[in-house]
Order: sequence, then C-alpha cells, then structure tokens
Amino acid sequence: MGQTIAEKIFAAHLRDKPTEDNMILDLDVVMCHEITTPIAIMDLVEKDMDRVFDCTKIKAVIDHVTPAKDSKTAAQGKIMRDWAKRHQIRDFFDIGENGVCHALFPEKGFVRPGYTVIMGDSHTCTHGAFGAFAAGVGTTDLEVGIYKGVCSFRTPKTIRIDITGTLQHRVTAKDVILAIIKKISVNGATDKVIEFVGPVVEAFSMSARMTLCNMAVEAGATCGICMPDRVTAEYLWPFIEKEYSSIDGAVEEYRKWHSDADAEYAEQLSFNVSALVPQVTFAFKPDQVKDISEMAGTPVDQIYIGSCTNGRIEDLRDAVEILKGRKLAAGVRGIVTPATPLIYSMALDEGIIKVFMDAGFCVLNPTCGACLGMSAGVLATGEVCASTTNRNFNGRMGKGGVVHLMSPFSAAAAAVTGVITDPRDFKI
Amino acid sequence: MKAFGGPAILLDRNDINTDEIIPAKYLTEITKLALKPHVLEDLLLDGKPFAPPLQVMQQARVVVTRANFGCGSSREHAVWVFEVNDINVIIAESFARIFRQNMFNCGILAVELGKDQIESLFTMRGNISIKVDLDFDQITASSDDRDQDDFICAFHLNSFDKELVSAGGWLTYADGKY
Ligand code: SF4
Repeated sequence: MGQTIAEKIFAAHLRDKPTEDNMILDLDVVMCHEITTPIAIMDLVEKDMDRVFDCTKIKAVIDHVTPAKDSKTAAQGKIMRDWAKRHQIRDFFDIGENGVCHALFPEKGFVRPGYTVIMGDSHTCTHGAFGAFAAGVGTTDLEVGIYKGVCSFRTPKTIRIDITGTLQHRVTAKDVILAIIKKISVNGATDKVIEFVGPVVEAFSMSARMTLCNMAVEAGATCGICMPDRVTAEYLWPFIEKEYSSIDGAVEEYRKWHSDADAEYAEQLSFNVSALVPQVTFAFKPDQVKDISEMAGTPVDQIYIGSCTNGRIEDLRDAVEILKGRKLAAGVRGIVTPATPLIYSMALDEGIIKVFMDAGFCVLNPTCGACLGMSAGVLATGEVCASTTNRNFNGRMGKGGVVHLMSPFSAAAAAVTGVITDPRDFKI
Repeated sequence: MKAFGGPAILLDRNDINTDEIIPAKYLTEITKLALKPHVLEDLLLDGKPFAPPLQVMQQARVVVTRANFGCGSSREHAVWVFEVNDINVIIAESFARIFRQNMFNCGILAVELGKDQIESLFTMRGNISIKVDLDFDQITASSDDRDQDDFICAFHLNSFDKELVSAGGWLTYADGKY
C-alpha cells in the first residue's frame, strides 16, 4: 500500500508510537509569536525547565500587536525579546524587521518540503503550501516543542481534493478555498490533512497556495498540503542553491515526498472551478458562503486588506488593479497592512502604496492588527467590514462587528462602491 | 487521579468556536485567573447572548455540547478559561483537534459521545449532574427531577489520552519520557 505525503513525513520523523493512533514526531521548526509564547516561556521558567531544544530550529516574531499598544502587549514583547537573547535565538524578528508570521517565515526560507512544523497559532497550516506538515498547537504543545523538540499527533488521515478547470478573471485562490469550505463545512476535515492537488493548484503561485492552505483549518483540518514541485523549488531557490546543483535537481528530490498513486485516503473529492464566481461569507462561520451576487449591495463601513491569508504582494497588486485612479466611497474607511517589510518595500517600489494612499487608505506597518480585533482597526458594535482575512467569527474584529471574508479584488471593489460588489464589474 | 464530574451546563449548538469561548482581547492576560469572568463571553445561542445566572456557572463542573466544539484558534486560553471556572469535563459529539489536544495536554477530560447519546442528555428533564467513572469508562447523568431516570452510557478513551490525564498533562509526560 502506498503512502500519502503526510504519512511519509510522519514516518520520517517518528520518535515514538504510544498507540496505533498516536505518533510522537521530531520537529524541524518551532515557530513562536508573542501572543501564545510568553505564557509558555513563563511556565517553563517557573518549572525550572527554561531551555530550548535547538536554538537554530526556533523562529520567533512579534507580529500580532506591533508596535505594542499598551503595557500588557509591551510586556509580552519584552518576554519574547529577553528569551530570544537568553537562548541565542538568531531568527527573532522584532520591530522594523517583523511581519505576520505565516508570511514572514516562508519569505525567509524557513520551511522546506518534508518538514514538520508547529506553532502556537491555528493558521500554521499555511506552511503546508511547501509540502511540509505544519500544524497549529496550543501552549502546552508549544512548550514541549520548545523544550524537547517533539509533538504528538494522531496518525494522519487525509482528504484529497482535486481542483480542476479554469478560473475566471478575478476569481482567486481565496474564492476557491471559501467555496471548498462551504462544500465540506467547518467540521468537514476535522483531525484530517487536506491534500490540494490537480492542475489548478499546480498552476498556482506559492502565494496562492499559501492562501489555499491558510484556510484549511477553517474546515477543521490539521494541515493543508500541496505537493512540492518546480514552483516550490523556484520560490526556495535562493535558500537552497548550495544544496542542489540545479532547480531540476531539487524538483527531482522533492518528488520523493509526493503521495503515492495507490495511497489510501479518508475521502477523495473533485472540485471544478470553471463556473466559480467570487465568493463572500455571511454570518459568523467560514462555511456560510455565498456567490457575491447574492450579497451585492450590502453596505460596509471598513475595508481591511492584509493578514496571513491575503497580505502578500500579489494580493496588493490585485487590489490596486481596481483601486487605481479610484477613491474610497464616501464614509468608508480603508486599511491596508502589507504582511511583511519586504512586501511593504516592494509595494513602495511598484507604486502600490501610492495607489492605496491616493484612494484614501490608511497604510499600516506589517502586523496582524485588526484581523483578530486586538489593535489597528477594531470594529464598533454594528459596524461591517469587508476583509481579506480568514475568520468571520462573532466578535472577531471587535465585539458586535460583522466581518465578510472575500478576496482582495472583492475587497477593493467594495472599497470603491461602499457596498459588497462583484469585482468583475470593474474595467481597468 | 482527580475526580471528574459534577453539575452540568448545556450548550445547545454545533461549532462553538474559541473566540466565543474567550475573545482575543483577553489574550494579553498573563495569568489564567484573569480569564475567569470572561468565559463564553461572546457566545450566541439561538442568535442571543448566552448569559446564565452567575450561580449556575459557579456550580458547573461539566459542559455538554454538540459537534465540533472549540473550533477556530489554537489558543489554550479557551481550555484554561474552563479550568479556572472549575470545569473538568467537556462532553461533546466531537471536538476541534487543537482544542481537544489542549484539554488532554492540561490533564482534563474531553469525552466524545454519539449523536444519539448527546441528544439523550439534551432531552433529560431538570438540572443534570454527571459522574465520570474512568475505571469503567462510563458516565452517569442524573437529574434533580425525580421522575427522570438516570442516563448511563459508556465512552471510549484512547490509552495515550488516559495516560496524559493520569500524568497531569503532556509536559510532565514528555519530560519523563523524551
Ligand atoms: S493575520 Fe490574523 S489569522 Fe493570520 S496569524 Fe495574524 S491574527 Fe492570525
């Protein structure tokens, strides 16, 4: 019997198997941010266990609330800073160099095909775009990861989703994943890995694959995963060029991780995107999704473009395609947060920042900010936000606020009209 | 091993998420106790805010709910906020992976029952109290309504999860072993 990519990665990292259903894995990367890590650090200190298993395998960032907004968030940052210094964690990104974890760490080349990755953050599944097994964990798992370099998982079961067809103009990876979550529900992939395969995924850039994998957890999945291929190798090339004689060599080597043709799946689905139109969420669950025409005309108060889902340069390019030469509708607030300093600086060079500013947007530094309603764009009760983020939970961006998830194209279209609007209606 | 069980509160909804259990704005707290008053603060049941009498929340030791409980964020705060409110068992049709793992990692119980068994708990009359027997993997739900019979059913706990609970959590277990 063949193996899935997740089974291959598990086998290659197996430390212990306490039961048929539980596997303890060695970790290649433990990622840390300032919301869930300080409490783990403090607990380790208190228990006299303040060690790190390997300082080169720990990657840390202050990203959720940065710059600090109050004394409590300042204290969280300080705990991270002191800890990184104490343990010589070189890959620690503080203000000026920091950005949203799931955009920043891939950009630094920290994730490779076949890796095991954990972080105290549910959207860690984003890194599966590189053909890695990457899972969000709680603070206790994070603590053990930091201290011992291991984590326990249930023996993986995989859902394979074959994405076929041709995407229409201005229909993106975000629309694809929203439609998939609608189809399988917020509980449809609980405790399973989702393999995204097929011609549409193969044609996707790493950025689009990250958008796809990012929202796997919204269907309950442990990890979303794409087969590592030429696109992956080209993205990683600056970081791996010393390890391989050529990109072809890397592509060949990565093939060993691909799921076997006779691998066993919990479920296999096929999804044709040719008729797919832009998607948008309503209400408070990410599987409450409609075609944008059904929601068209819904007034919005704020536009938020950013986050680990859609804050990369490709996303900003999409948004300015519509915003160029246009302005925010009267009474609508626009906020854009390039996800990393590199993205910010590329956006400056390409004139993207200017387009946003001319349209009347507030341009923020890289941070999670409004995405989780902690800072930089919190909604008031009754306010509505058109957002490129990944969660529309009740209260997510501020108590009593409503969030409609959509693509950067759709968010830009709403920015211009002040109501939910089909982005395909705009000519360049 | 500590005792599990006690008076139950019933949350009749699927897909209750971590942001409803503890909103993100409290994630800057650095003690578990500070979370206590905010348990289930943003929860909507039937579209209305969940606001049980204070005494009911204070007495509760068990939560009974439906499918996919604890979906969303990885925040262990969503488990701690129950822990500091003395909830030591959550019984559901199913749990989100990270939430469930966090429960056992903290040495507290996530019990999965079939849809019909959960339905039986929801249809019991009166205020119910639940006893968990870990030697026989059995729960007994009894009501303060004398006309209501007890409901008894078995559950399955994987031996690794059981070891985590007896060790008092994953950190102690892993420290001794790896
Ligand atoms: S951008 Fe939003 S979803 Fe992504 S890591 Fe930050 S808070 Fe989480």
